[in-house]
Order: sequence, then structure tokens, then C-alpha cells
Amino acid sequence: MRARVLVRPKAGILDPQGRAVERALPALGFDGVQNVHVGRLIELDVDDPNQLEAMCEKLLANPLIEDYEIQT
Amino acid sequence: MKFGVVRFPGSCDEVDAQLAASRVGEAVLLWHGDRDLQGVDAVIVPGGFSYGDYLRVGAIARFAPVMEEVVEFARAGGPVLGICNGFQVLCEAGLLPGALLPNAGLRFVCRDVDLVVEDAATPFTRACTPGDRMTIPVKHTTGRYHLPPDGDVRVVLRYAPGHNPNGSEGDVAAVASAAGNVFGLMPHPEHAVDPLTGSTDGLKVFESLARVPAGA
Amino acid sequence: MPDTAALPGVQEAVALGLTPAEYELIVDKLGRAPNQVELAMFSLLWSEHCAYKHSRKLLRQLPTEGPYLLMGPGENAGAVDVGGGLACAFKVESHNHPSAVEPFQGAATGVGGILRDVFAVGARPIAVLDSLRFGEPSSGRSRYLLDRAVAGIGHYGNSIGVPTVGGEVYFEGPYEQNCLINAMCLGLAPHERLTRSAAAGPGNVLVLMGASTGRDGIGGASVLASAELDEADESKRPSVQIGDPFEEKKVMECCLELLDRDLLVSLQDLGAAGLTSSAAEMASKGGVGIDVDVARVPLREAGMEAFEIMVSESQERMLAVVEPARVDEVLEACARWEILGAPIGEVTASGHLRVLRDGAVEGDVPVAALVDDCPLYDLEPARPSAPIYPPPPRTLDATGPRETLLALLASPNLASRRPLFEQYDAIVQSRTVRRPEQADAAVLVLPGGGALAVSIDGNGRRVACDPYRGAVEAVLECAANLACAGAEPLGLTNCLNFGNPERPHVAWQLSEAIRGLADACRALDVPVVGGNVSLYNEGAEGPIYPTPVVGMVGRLPDAARAGRLGFARAGDAIALAGPFAPRIAGSELAKLRGEPLPHELDDIDVAAVRAAQEAVREAVRAGEISSAHDVAEGGLAVALAEACIGGGVGARIELKGDETRLFGEAPGGFVLSGPAGALAALAERMPLEIVGEVGGEALEIGGFAVPVADLRAVWAGGLAPLFP
Repeated sequence: MRARVLVRPKAGILDPQGRAVERALPALGFDGVQNVHVGRLIELDVDDPNQLEAMCEKLLANPLIEDYEIQT
Repeated sequence: MKFGVVRFPGSCDEVDAQLAASRVGEAVLLWHGDRDLQGVDAVIVPGGFSYGDYLRVGAIARFAPVMEEVVEFARAGGPVLGICNGFQVLCEAGLLPGALLPNAGLRFVCRDVDLVVEDAATPFTRACTPGDRMTIPVKHTTGRYHLPPDGDVRVVLRYAPGHNPNGSEGDVAAVASAAGNVFGLMPHPEHAVDPLTGSTDGLKVFESLARVPAGA
Repeated sequence: MPDTAALPGVQEAVALGLTPAEYELIVDKLGRAPNQVELAMFSLLWSEHCAYKHSRKLLRQLPTEGPYLLMGPGENAGAVDVGGGLACAFKVESHNHPSAVEPFQGAATGVGGILRDVFAVGARPIAVLDSLRFGEPSSGRSRYLLDRAVAGIGHYGNSIGVPTVGGEVYFEGPYEQNCLINAMCLGLAPHERLTRSAAAGPGNVLVLMGASTGRDGIGGASVLASAELDEADESKRPSVQIGDPFEEKKVMECCLELLDRDLLVSLQDLGAAGLTSSAAEMASKGGVGIDVDVARVPLREAGMEAFEIMVSESQERMLAVVEPARVDEVLEACARWEILGAPIGEVTASGHLRVLRDGAVEGDVPVAALVDDCPLYDLEPARPSAPIYPPPPRTLDATGPRETLLALLASPNLASRRPLFEQYDAIVQSRTVRRPEQADAAVLVLPGGGALAVSIDGNGRRVACDPYRGAVEAVLECAANLACAGAEPLGLTNCLNFGNPERPHVAWQLSEAIRGLADACRALDVPVVGGNVSLYNEGAEGPIYPTPVVGMVGRLPDAARAGRLGFARAGDAIALAGPFAPRIAGSELAKLRGEPLPHELDDIDVAAVRAAQEAVREAVRAGEISSAHDVAEGGLAVALAEACIGGGVGARIELKGDETRLFGEAPGGFVLSGPAGALAALAERMPLEIVGEVGGEALEIGGFAVPVADLRAVWAGGLAPLFP
């Protein structure tokens, strides 16, 4: 089955990429933007979606610094 | 003293580390796909981009066959030195606490920085004295050290005031395992061993290691 | 052959960039109309980018012989003897149009391409330099291009473990729409390892190594490299190639290992025009034929047509000729380095390049027709009767010398390049003896204690003033940089970045600049080992400044005595040396004041400049002087300030003279420091005047003084805001 894993910096961890985007948007005239975070999207076909959590813990994310969200 | 320098397909500084270690001992390259540590007395996980680092730096390298042996070697008390990408790999492998994040400035930065020795009791700094200043280059995009949640870290080197190149918490430049035998740092001591190319302060790391009794 | 009813005609040929006459010539050479894959191959190999059809005749003027030359133009990179049985292979190449469309990937793949050129000849890449041109940093587009191009260069070079040791960047209005990204690479190899690309031995196997083949850059060579950029650029984005430095690292290590083990007959990188160009070049040089079966090419996308596979510009691929008995060993090495290795064809005695699919012939073209028969054109140069370029915008109102000096130091073309070069790994491989801003040239130590010095330069505005003398100056500037490091030139490579050569005034710029390069190379006895031509660099407002970029490699006997540019010792005397006759016209100061470009530059006594360079070189090598720095943009005052900043020490200068003496520019001048006696001895070999003494914490000059800390602050702050 097709699954998506969203990985983003943990809340409270300095996210310079998010901050850079947050700063850039008003400069282009897009006001009213807050809390920008830049993460990554991993798409994969898996036979057993029950393994996704372990995959995230072990490889796809670093739980110390990143949160992940599994979408199936 | 026989050093083994791990070589991943994307390693960049493995030959530099081998050259630096050769100044104080014998140094061989260890292929990432092999499990044979060739009886070395110390392991260096060098800088570079191990497997391209496209997922997250060091994330895939920690599962390399050679790294399984390195983990076992470290657990048995063998000295393991992780430089730059090697530091990231050792953190991902759980041999060192904490994690490394993209630089606060988001850019790759290559410059000489000053470091202050905080802990001269590790096998990697025993040629130093606490408070010593060393000039050693950094070159990385992902070097912002993030402390583990409990904050329990054996800090060995800190960036001198005004020299933190990446926004590391507490100016941490190098940490060791609690036992002291695993050591990771973002600066490149192997690039500070020859007066021709700049500072020689990095040699102290290799000289410290060479003082470790073989088989320790 | 496929059904001839669907054959493309002259219309399709024109759409692919060929002229109707060229199409007729192709029909004539084949004795029939070309089919789709054949026409695609011709359109690429007969493009300006591959055939140099507007420049080849002019390039014949360049000297290609020299005492140290090992491999001249025609191979993937040229090579010179650097002693100790070692060769240095090097080349500069442009990636201008792809970078103007997508600066990060354009610059990254530019570095990737030049690295492949160097390891294709069997040399391990040891250094990269880059030469960049953008519009004024006041423009948002220029800042964007700069930021992304620098990031792209760093991304590729840093990831692959080859240091970026030097480079240059200029900001000028005419590059606004058409930035220039030129990358140079140097590699080292034992003489016997130098590998040529000629295919040989019918029956030998063609092995494609590296990345899989996708639709990247289809038609890139002719569409992107030969058409003037217009507003439709956005739609070209999908055809930009994406670089993967990790893949290249593996391909590089694998190729070097295969050459080490003597498993390859020849090797060639895949660049513009992909397999078509590589296979045709290899066959042409070897006087043989090649069969390529596109069904055996590992593909990234399904349903690719034969012509797409033949012209794809997917990056990180190499083509090797291998003896049949060695193929398994080659494929095993590829597997070990985790890259694809696929036998895709063989060398034949036919003299034809045949494209097969599962054995069925889809295209069949004589190699000679593809490679040698493209018509070469004569240019119709005409010196323009009116100025081509508008005066630069005025940005400086300062009048006093102190304010002028500070404004120059902070100006985009003179300010510290640290914000750029700190983004590059300059030290990997443990050879870098002089990094940027430590000396006028980068210095790399060689086994045995000698060293290479390398410099890249080309001031387009000076060439726009006077294409002949401006080009001479570019060569002299590089040689001066090497002299200050203590190095003797061994060879040079050049990248000729010009506008549309079909315009008479651009043709004139190109002809004059090549004549200047040729004369300067002969006068210095430095051969051209190879290079690249990039034409049609124009935006809607006209052509770029004519920009011949020169990369020069030299050697010094003792790395420990490599020169430095910064003053070193309080009490040292300071001399202005060399045949130096500065002028404000055409200078950086004139630019800041918005003055129009002069119609010509002063005549240069090249022999006198050469003599001065030799004197400086020998003094540096002998360790007789403390510092050496050539006087370039910004003139004497800026050179003195740079020497103060570099050494972290002040200087007291007694200068009689006016603004021209302080800020005027010309080739031939050096700022030297050292014991007064050593400098006096040099006065016997060249014009030399003691102008002051090293010491203190300020630069005192002509009645004003500026603390070195202040000089450093304005100089360091010039470009920093561009990289927030």
C-alpha cells in the first residue's frame, strides 16, 4: 500500500530553514505567515504498514530532533 | 598504534585522516562493506558524505556492515574517533549522545576556528591541558550540536567565544561517551597537522591517541 | 531502417538549430534524408557548442606547444609535466546558459562536468576554481543567481571531496540577464596513467558506467547553449540536468581504480549531447566505428525513444572501451562502487556510428560526417563605430582619496570574497598551502615538496574597452599572480565567453581577443592546453562584456617558500615594482564614477612585464622578500590596503602623485615588501621605487591614514550583506 511519512523538526528546535522561509514570504508581499517549518515528505509502497512506525524510529526520522507523522 | 579509517563510498577526508594518523602510527583503510577491522587499535570514522547523506546525515551509514563491528569495538572499550560526518554517524549510531542539525546560518562554512579544551582526561585529549586553545578548521553544513534531553554530555572541546560557526548549543564542538573512549567533533583535526597547510594543533588528538596502550 | 514516410525534413532541422544549407549538406553526406535519430545527432554535433563552427578557425592562432606540454587540445583535458613523473591535467569550461535558467543545478553540474573531464584523462581531481560574472548586486536577480550559483558550486565540490581553492567574481551590468559560470578543475596523474579517449580495437566492448539515463537536458546542447535567452526560459526548466555529487564520487573512484588496474582501453565522459557526442568523439579519434544498442542502456524512465537516449544529458556517466576479456572485471568494480555498468555496444571497423535497438538498426551515420564535416564559418568582424555598452551607473560621489579608497574597498568587485569562499571546502586532500586571500594564486603542495600554483582571471570590462589589450592583460594578470606565489607558468586553459558571433561587433571582439590571447601566450611561452568557447551570451539589452577567462597553472620548487600577499614584518621596506603606467580610464574607480568605457587601453610592453614577473618570481622563490602582490583592480592604493589587511599590519607610504598614481590601473605593477637591500637589488632587473615601510596599525598614505581594522571592516563588509 502507498504510505506517506511526514518528517518535521520537533517543536522548540531551532529550524533555520523554516525561519528563512518565514522571513522571505513577507518580503514578497505575503503577510500574515507564522510558524513555518520545513521538513521532508517520504512516499513509499509498503506491504506491511505496521512496520512503518519502526521504520521511522530506526531510519526515516531521528526521534531526538524530529517528529514524524504516518499517513496511509 | 594501528589506526583503521572507515571508508564509505562518499567519504571525502578518509585519506587525510589516514595521512594524519600515519604521523603517529600505522593507518589502514576499512571498507564500509567489510566486517573485518584488521586488528586495529583505534577506529576513525572520517568526514565526507558517507552514503550521500540524502535522508539525514549519518542516518544510513550507521547500518553499514563495518559500523556494526565498530559499535562492538566501541562497546568493548576500543577508542573510536568520529570527525565531522563521522561524529554525525556516531550520534546516529547511539555511541554518542545528542544530534547534529543544519547550521544556524544554513550555509556550508569552511574556516579556522579556535577551540578551548575542557576535558583533557579522554584518550583523545590527554596531550592537552584544560584551558588550552587550539586552532582547527571546520567545514560542514550540519554541525549544530543539539544536546540530548537530559543534557548529560561529556563535553571535551568548546568553540572559543565568538568562534561558534554553526550555532551549537553551549558552544559544544566535541563530546565523548561517558567512558571517554568514543569521541566526536565537528572540527577537522586531520587538517591541522602540517605547518605547510596551516595550524598543527590537530596533531594533539592523534598524539593523545598514540599514547593509548595498544589493546586498551 | 525504419519507415521513411515519417522522416523529418528541413523544417525540423531548422527547429533543431540547423540551417537549411547545413541540412542539405547532411542529406548530401548521407546520400539520403536523415531519420529522426540521425537528425537529432547531427543537430547536436553540428551545434556551436560541439562543433565550434564560429570559433574553430580563429582558435588555430593559439599556440599549443610548450616545453612542459604532455597533452594538448582535443582530449577531455590538457596536461603539463609538473616534475617527479607527475602530470597536471586541467581545463576550464562554461555552464552559462544552464546556470542562467537554474543557477543551483547549472553551477553544480558545471562543476560535475569539469571534474569528469579531468578524471576521464586518468587524473585524480585535486582542485576546483570558479570564475563567475553577475549583474550589479543592486539587482534582485543578480543576488539570487549569485546565492544559488555559489551554493551549487559548494554542494557539488564539497560533497565530492575536491577542494575549491580559488576563483574570481565580478559584478557588471551587462551580465544581468546572462550570468557566467565557468569552472576549472586540476587533476594529478603519473605520466603513464594519462588516458586518451580514442576508441580502438574492433570487437572491444563499449561499457556505459554511472547513473541511469533519463530525459534530462534533451536537446540541451543545441537549445540551451546556442539560443539567446528570452522570456520563455521558465518552460525550459524541465530540461535542466540535475547533479548528484555522491554518484559522481563513486563514478570517479571507480574509474580511477579501473585505470589503476589497467582495465580500460580508453575513457570519455558524457557531457553535452550525451552518448552521441561521446561515442562519435571516441570513434573519430580512433578512426573506427561504434555500434550502440539503446536497448542495453539502463534507463530511468520508461518509453524513451532512441533519439532521446542518444542525446540525453543525464549527469554522472562515463563511457569506456574495454577488451572483451576484461569486461567482467570492469562490471565487478562497478558493482563494488554501487554504480551501474552496462555493455551497450562495441567498437567496429565500419567507420560508422550505428544506433541499434535490440539489434535492429535505427540510425547509421559516418563518424566523419558527424565530427569533421560540420561547416566552419568565417566571421565578419567590424569594429563598432559607436560604443556598444552604456556607461556603468554612477555609484560614487566621494572626492577625497581617503573616502575613495574606502569606497573602492567596499565595492562589489574589490571587497573580500570571504562570504563566497567560506562556503567551499578549500582544504580537503591536505594539499592547500595557500587559500584564497593568502596569496595572489592558490598553492597546492606536490609529493616531494614542490608545489603547483593556479590562478583564474579575466576582467570583461577591460576587454570591452579594448578586446586585444584586455585579453593580453588577462594572461598577464594570471602570470603575475603566479609570479607572486613564486611559480613559473606551465600552461593555460581558457574559456571564451562572448555574445552572438554573427553580429559583426561581437565577431570583432572575439577575433581581437583571441589574437590578444595568442600574442600574450607566445610572449610568455605558455601553451594553451585546451579550453572551451561559449557564444550567444546575450540578453535583451545586448551582449555581455566580452569575457575571455584564463586559467593558468604553474610550478614552484619549494612549497614552503610559496609567496604571500600580506605584509609580514614591521620595518620591511615597501616597493612599487615593475613597468607600471596607470590610467584612470577603464579602471574600477572610473566605473564607480559612471564614466564611459574608453575606446582603447594603453599599449603594453609585454617583454618588460615578463621580465618584471621573472624578477618577482625569483625573489619569492629565493625567500628574499616577505610579500608580493600584484597591482590590479583599484590600483596601487587598494593593493597596499590589501597587503595591510592580509598581514594585519600597517604601512607608512610616501607617495608623490595624484589620483592616477593611487587608483589608476595597468598591468605590470607589483607591491613588494622585504629588506631594503633585497628590494634594491631587484631594482637592477626592473623599474622599482621604494615607497614606504611596513609598521604601525594604520595605512598612512599621501596625507591621510586609515586604521587597518577600519580597512578590514569595510572590505569584509562589501559582500557580506549578499549572504544574510
